[in-house]
Amino acid sequence: MKRFDFVQPASVAEALQVWHPGAVWLGGGTNLLDLMKGGVMLPDTVIDINRLADLRGITTLDDGSLRIGALVSNAELADDTGFAHDFPMVAEALLSGASGQLRNAATVAGNLMQRTRCAYFQDTTAACNRREPGTGCDARGGVDSHTAVLGFGDACITTHPSDFCVPLAALDAVVEVQGPDGAREVALRDFHLLPGETPERETALQPGEIIVALRLPADAKGFAAHARYLKVRDRTSYAFATTSAAAALRVEGGVIAEARLSLGAIAAKPWRVTEAEALLVGHAPDAAPFDQAAARALDGAVPSNDNGWKIALARRTAIRALELAAAGTPERMPALPASPFADQNGDHAHV
Amino acid sequence: MSDTMTPQRYGSNAGQPLTRRDGLAKVTGTATFAADNTPEGLLYAVYVPAAIARGRVVHLNVEAATAVAGVTHVMTPQNRPPLQGDPEAKPNGFSFIVDVLQNDGVRYAGQPIALVVGETLEAATEGARLLAPRYEVADSETTLAGQGGEAVEPGAFGRPGGAEHGDVPAGHAAAVSAIDVVYETPAQYHNAMETHAVVAAWDGDRLHLDLPSQALSLSCASYAYFFGIPADNVTIRCPYIGGGFGSKAFPTGPQVLAILAARTAGRPVKLMLTRAQMFGPVGHRGATRQRLRLGIDGGAALTVLDHEGTAATSRFDDFIEPAANASQGLYAAEALRSAHRAVRLDVGTPGPMRAPGEASGSAALECAMDEMALLAGLDPLKFRLRNYAEVEPGTGKPYSSKALRACYAEGAKRFGWADRPMEPGRMRDARGLLTGWGMGTALFGCPMFEAEATATLRADGSALVETSAIDMGQGAWTALAQIAADSLGLPMDRVEFRAGHSSLPNAGIAGGSGHTATAGGALHAAGRDAIRKLGEIAAADPDSPLHGSGNADFTARDGRLYVAGDDSRSEDFAAILSRAGAVDLTGAGSASRPAADAEAHAMNSHGAVFAEVKVDPDLCQVRVTRLVGAFAAGRIINPRLTESQLMGGMIWGISFALHEEAKHDPRSGRIMNADLAGYHVPVNADVRGLEVLTIHEDDPYVNALGIKGVGEIGVTGTVGAIANAIWHATGKRARRFPIRIEDLLD
Repeated sequence: MKRFDFVQPASVAEALQVWHPGAVWLGGGTNLLDLMKGGVMLPDTVIDINRLADLRGITTLDDGSLRIGALVSNAELADDTGFAHDFPMVAEALLSGASGQLRNAATVAGNLMQRTRCAYFQDTTAACNRREPGTGCDARGGVDSHTAVLGFGDACITTHPSDFCVPLAALDAVVEVQGPDGAREVALRDFHLLPGETPERETALQPGEIIVALRLPADAKGFAAHARYLKVRDRTSYAFATTSAAAALRVEGGVIAEARLSLGAIAAKPWRVTEAEALLVGHAPDAAPFDQAAARALDGAVPSNDNGWKIALARRTAIRALELAAAGTPERMPALPASPFADQNGDHAHV
Repeated sequence: MSDTMTPQRYGSNAGQPLTRRDGLAKVTGTATFAADNTPEGLLYAVYVPAAIARGRVVHLNVEAATAVAGVTHVMTPQNRPPLQGDPEAKPNGFSFIVDVLQNDGVRYAGQPIALVVGETLEAATEGARLLAPRYEVADSETTLAGQGGEAVEPGAFGRPGGAEHGDVPAGHAAAVSAIDVVYETPAQYHNAMETHAVVAAWDGDRLHLDLPSQALSLSCASYAYFFGIPADNVTIRCPYIGGGFGSKAFPTGPQVLAILAARTAGRPVKLMLTRAQMFGPVGHRGATRQRLRLGIDGGAALTVLDHEGTAATSRFDDFIEPAANASQGLYAAEALRSAHRAVRLDVGTPGPMRAPGEASGSAALECAMDEMALLAGLDPLKFRLRNYAEVEPGTGKPYSSKALRACYAEGAKRFGWADRPMEPGRMRDARGLLTGWGMGTALFGCPMFEAEATATLRADGSALVETSAIDMGQGAWTALAQIAADSLGLPMDRVEFRAGHSSLPNAGIAGGSGHTATAGGALHAAGRDAIRKLGEIAAADPDSPLHGSGNADFTARDGRLYVAGDDSRSEDFAAILSRAGAVDLTGAGSASRPAADAEAHAMNSHGAVFAEVKVDPDLCQVRVTRLVGAFAAGRIINPRLTESQLMGGMIWGISFALHEEAKHDPRSGRIMNADLAGYHVPVNADVRGLEVLTIHEDDPYVNALGIKGVGEIGVTGTVGAIANAIWHATGKRARRFPIRIEDLLD
């Protein structure tokens, strides 16, 4: 493989200082190292940020919001009992992803930064505007591989593979960023960019910026009693979503006071349509117009490839997630989190 | 050979559920697989796979690759040293044409187009990347896409014949009810846990290989062919194989190139394929399209079973998946036809993959039988019993043994099949998931090959047994050691078992589910020979209690030799050998099936598989929730390993039914899911409720030990059972594998 420099800064300031174009941040490495081995990413410098203690820890801030350090692992966060209690659908999404070993290594910031799983992005002999701007998009007309039905363009038709980001978008999570020009915050909903004409720009991060933490606002806890993540796929575990949905309801006096709905695996970012959420407000949870809300969320969806069936599946996934949320968050995390088979007995937990 | 052989009654070791002798080494990481060897002076080789399916390479940036620090050599068609054996020919009838840089042409994606050798794996990998090939691209075809293909001229390995029995047109005409359906199966790739590897070291014109091979002796001869040396000059060390499944029985292009690089460099060379490189030059199961035409009379008896398989092969060599042959020998149709056609595509040559032909053929046949049963208005099991073959259909030969009825009965009982409603879509579980039950018949031949072994009784009464048998992870060495110990009348811990090296007596091929029967047969014969010789010594020794027993038979038990039928006359092995001068006593044995026995009977393993699936009614995600397989496979040497093999086969069936498919880009012809993230196989959460029953079966004809083999049969029957269960759950008949969410969505 291509030789690279390996640096281990001792502080965020030092990390920002050593960064230069061609350098990458190394967190858990579960995506980056694969891409480096495959020649998809060829950094000249790998900056290992794992020694930055400032990026660790889960803390409740004075305003009641929860701050999650960038280097907190997926497993550490999902297994934090307070976290799972307050933000059950986020924990469920985390536990539905990858495998136990990967969740131990992968970090929450890395989850936001993971690249698309499109086969044409990962194959260095294929044309891919995201990997090499201007080369084209072989995914169009190719074997269907993680393709979008919303928000795509001629330049790129892929999706964002994250489970974690889907409920984060629903709960108005905030990304804390530091860069050469100081600290700033980006709403998670604005963090991932639709491809447009510049699919190589995947996130709102500017060159040299680093994610230092994620924050979940205090009012997001208000959904804890009715919040589910649902992930549909051809394999019961260890597969990226074919479609997914995070649904959360705040129920007051028997009616939905507030609703959140975010869809995964259908666009280059978690797909949240607030107008769809508004359709649910004021209804009893068992009589809410889930169909209309789901249809509204998928408004404008069209095939980008041989994937028209995904539109119907995404709609049904959204409806089911809303139904599950209405039924109430289960007391215990299902053995198969986020699975349509979650309630079967005898499964080993979190496979 | 007599008409019936009396099976040996074993009681001490065979039949015991011993754990794998190599289990501890494997789980603790001390087992040395081929690529774990790092001899002094080792170089690392990495090959560059073609990124197009057809055309030629017009440029390689050799300069850039050579400039990488640590790269020692770049081999291309321009500088590739000559091979003594023509790669466009084959070393023997049981091998494939290999791609070893014989020219600049590309005939499938993944074909080696250059080899980079370096002091480190990293250097060689970077050199390979920098070669940045440019191509002249020709149009390619990589999918069956409705092509009719050519009729297969049967004969050589890879060119299956068909069969026709009875009057097929009359069978069609006589049918009062008939189906005409087409089933499709995709290209599938073996993906053993251990990818293909070799560590090659030359010593003059002698070649030493650390290499996983399912056929050690044949592999020695094949590699010798390419390098113009006698087969005896090649040794292969193969103590462990991390899965073979048919893909490690033949020399492959990448391995030949690495050996050539070692000869060129005068240093040992290691090559291990990446996961992605497994998709191309090392074989796969070719895609098939199968047309099945079945007809029944008013009594639901099959008037005709007409199975035509069209399979993909490469442009330059033949392995036509013999799918239609799955319809031979199973159901008692009045008229029976199987035929094969081949479509040449720009893909690597397919090859045998676990239950080659039987797996894909059974998948289609068992679904078609369900479709026919529905038209007949019969329960699928009753329909199969209505067409149960008492003798082999077409030939009329008796079966050497066939406990299939018991498999059906025991499997159905265990599963609870009697409660199955006929109509689809009638069962829901408490959560509202659609629930379906399906079944399929399992069938696999029980071939024997040829093998040799020796058994040496040592002066201390212990023994050494030797044969070049190989263990792919299935536990062969454990089962074979059990057979060997019993043949010598010794406990396991008194027998040293040596195998997995080409210098040992030839144990033949580990394939066709015949290794235990074949190598075991040779070990059994060798042990018996040693005991016979020991008996001769004792009978001739005036100081032995066995003296003068003349031509009486001897039996060996727990390290003592007895006059058969007279337990009062016995003596310890060591005592006999001690008086005879404390010499080692070696017996030799071989095994193969006498032609007359093979001719007189139809020989098969049988089974019945019952599946339960749950399907989400809206989201259409599928999960297999129960799988019960009942199998009759002759004598079971080790129940634990047998259960594991049969379970493995059934899990493979889940994989075939729901997961595996190589997807070629329609333009480049490259396989776009050439990794385990994209090419799915089941994970633990996909495998639950798995149960194996083995049905007692004595077979006096198959071989002296009555062994039939269990390595592949578990795949057959299972695929159809799952597909039929999906139909039963949903009412939707998917005729293309794997069955996916989008196939079931309204």
